[in-house]
Amino acid sequence: MSFIRIYGLFLRHFYLITRSFPRVLDLIYWPSIQITLWGFISNFFASHSTYYNNAVGVILTCAILYDFLFRTSIGFNMLFLEEIWSRNFTNLFIAPIKIGEIIISLVFTALIRALIGLIPAILLTSPLFGISLVNLGVNLFFLFLSLYIFGITLGIFVSAGLLRFGPSFENIAWSTMFLLAPFGCIYYPVEILPEFFQKIAYSLPLVYIFEEARSILIDQTVNYKNIITAFYLNGIYLILAISLFYYSFGQARKKGTLINIGE
Amino acid sequence: MNNLVEVKNLEKKYGSKEAVKGISFNIKENEILGLLGPNGSGKTTTIGMMLGLLKPSNGKILIDGKKIEENRIETLQKINFISPYIELPKKLTVKQNLIVYCRLYNVLDIKSRIEYLVEKLRLEDLLNRVTGELSSGQKNRASLAKALINNPTVLFLDEPTASLDPEIGDFVRSFLENYKKEKKISILLASHNMSEVTRLCKTVLMMKDGIIIDKGHPEELIKKHGRENLEEVFLKLSRSRNELY
Repeated sequence: MSFIRIYGLFLRHFYLITRSFPRVLDLIYWPSIQITLWGFISNFFASHSTYYNNAVGVILTCAILYDFLFRTSIGFNMLFLEEIWSRNFTNLFIAPIKIGEIIISLVFTALIRALIGLIPAILLTSPLFGISLVNLGVNLFFLFLSLYIFGITLGIFVSAGLLRFGPSFENIAWSTMFLLAPFGCIYYPVEILPEFFQKIAYSLPLVYIFEEARSILIDQTVNYKNIITAFYLNGIYLILAISLFYYSFGQARKKGTLINIGE
Repeated sequence: MNNLVEVKNLEKKYGSKEAVKGISFNIKENEILGLLGPNGSGKTTTIGMMLGLLKPSNGKILIDGKKIEENRIETLQKINFISPYIELPKKLTVKQNLIVYCRLYNVLDIKSRIEYLVEKLRLEDLLNRVTGELSSGQKNRASLAKALINNPTVLFLDEPTASLDPEIGDFVRSFLENYKKEKKISILLASHNMSEVTRLCKTVLMMKDGIIIDKGHPEELIKKHGRENLEEVFLKLSRSRNELY
């Protein structure tokens, strides 16, 4: 047993952590987010135990909707990361493919990936829990579309970070969705959040989508204002994300990340 | 012969660090130009700028008369690159990879282009194999096929025979010589294999600390520096201060 070798290996990982802010952030991030999310859920159930009485399956429906968002976003990032992991990144960026073409291609591929995961989940809920997403009616399409756009938007934001900062940004790719989960009000109404958090929540399309899903399932009422607001916010974030992606590409060409990332 | 590549006063700065300091050179049609220099001399940065992966801080690069910065997509259609530091997606078969790149480069007759490259690079038995399971020599040939998929007029080679056994290395060198003759393409070859450079290149650029410190035919350089071979010239120049010869 050699203390020097043990210390050497410790140093190898310690250097890695201290050289990368995203890695440090990752260490702090997971426990904080888990505690926050489940804390709000517990608080809500403690004080509003009758809320879901009339709509068994609301949580499951919201979980499926959230999973679709999660899969779309992660799917987009995975496609980008795959090029880095397989050391194919340089080959891709020296091919005569435009940035817009890369984004569009990944957007469609991410949709297919998400649907591959989503369809079996939807089919399973009916025989296992007696719940059907079809209960959401035609509005289901708008909710899914809105979630898809937001998932893609998050994917583009994270990919822009990967372009600019390289593989060290990878951990952020995995954690974006968990950061937004408490603010998305997936399992509880927005009122359960402290006032300051409510302001953040209202600036995201997620709260409108999940509030609308609950409104349809629990109260059987459709509030088109929620759906329109979600699309409006989605449009703003999507434009921002695409602009950031182009900016990151320009910065990566200036700073040399495109060369280093491929090796 | 025409200059297919023109590099004029090319500079790259990372903050206050100058990686490439105003270099100029041309590559003629049907020419293999060697780019030599120790690690950190600016070779990769220069190639990166010529591939459009890096934005030059100053100067310009013309490929077939067009500035790459202003005609990026059009220029990328005419060039290609191979390096041992980049790979094709490992989980795809060689054929799938070639089809993907045919699509990315908008190759019209995919079937005949792949058949041509398969025959030239002896890829028949590898075509349906997963790329990640190939030996380094086999991967090299598959990557070379990808690098030629768009019938490039300018080919950038970064240590194309590194980690290959002598037999495969010789096959790749012979292939490149013949392919260049047949297609009259221009090649920029960055290599640390001096015998390879001596064999393939009519002109060699010696880079150090971001500048070109000498250039000429390998035999002329050997004579000029009073050395036995190009490797000794390389060592002399690498160990010298940045004198211009």
